[in-house]
Amino acid sequence: MKQMDIFIAFFRSGMLGYGGGLSAIPLMHREVVETYKWMDDEEFSDILALANTLPGPINTKMSGYIGWRIGGFLGMLTALAATVLPTVILMIILLTVLHAYNDKPWVRGMSKAVVPIAGVMLGVLTWDFIKKSKNSMGWISTLIVIGISIVVINILGLHPAIMIVGLLVAALFSKQEEKEKQVKAS
Amino acid sequence: MIYWQIFVANFMANFLGYGGGPASIPLLEHEVVDRYKWFTVHEFSEMVALGNALPGPIATKLAGFVGYQQGGILGAIVGLFATIAPSIILLIILLGILLKFKESPKVKNMTKLVRPAIAVLLGVMTIDFFSSSYEGIGILHTIFLGGASLLLLEKWKVSPVYVICGALVYGAIFLG
Repeated sequence: MKQMDIFIAFFRSGMLGYGGGLSAIPLMHREVVETYKWMDDEEFSDILALANTLPGPINTKMSGYIGWRIGGFLGMLTALAATVLPTVILMIILLTVLHAYNDKPWVRGMSKAVVPIAGVMLGVLTWDFIKKSKNSMGWISTLIVIGISIVVINILGLHPAIMIVGLLVAALFSKQEEKEKQVKAS
Repeated sequence: MIYWQIFVANFMANFLGYGGGPASIPLLEHEVVDRYKWFTVHEFSEMVALGNALPGPIATKLAGFVGYQQGGILGAIVGLFATIAPSIILLIILLGILLKFKESPKVKNMTKLVRPAIAVLLGVMTIDFFSSSYEGIGILHTIFLGGASLLLLEKWKVSPVYVICGALVYGAIFLG
């Protein structure tokens, strides 16, 4: 019965969460805290804050961990399956069908028409990330990191991993930044 | 071999993607388009657009499809595992330690500092998508579809489902 509840909770929050990522979090909160009362608001926020500091997709981190916490290993698998499988299967069917009819000109037209939409969606995401950076560390630092990233990734052509690992190391070892943050916070 | 590559591609993209699912999109593109050459920019943008029209987390939809395309059902499972498992295992193991340090500015700085780099990756991909669109359907259709979808999605907050469906109809009629 519990596994069924876990499945329903994460199926609903996954299927209704359009736009991926954080859009499903409030829905998950409603299921976990309000509908099923598996944990209180504070515990949920703690898990969310911690999950955010780790890499990887936020939805599966949240659903996997919450599933594990309330239903053990099986609960984790149930929660993950409910979050991931329905939409992956839909995605595979949709794209496979589209590709199967790729010799029809009108299907090719359809596939061409979605490219600029994807461009707009990513453009919006780009702007979101820039805005968030500006809010958390100001324009100057944001532009400096953007400038360095462009040089490292696009001009020097290094793997983005190098840039990201470098930034993570910088975050861990920069004492100066830490002081600045503390000054701002106080 | 192919399963190992599917694992590596998805693992890298998601383990480096600080900032949730969308942050992993340009990293995944780097792996599957630039490095392994499994997809063209056009095919990848199609995946992103349709993936965004469907509900649920974007990273796992892409991982599942990339895995399926390259290695069938088992490939899809490998792709999903690589995307999901490492970060959950980390979360479960580190929870105790993380709880202690969650207010630490260093931990908070990690996500913050990576954000502009992700913005650059996303920005470059945006440009890739538009230039692929320009080559495919020319400047006028690209501007029209781009402008219309920007207004619909951002200004009028229309759900991506309808915008993508609208684009599919437009494509079938005018671009066929």
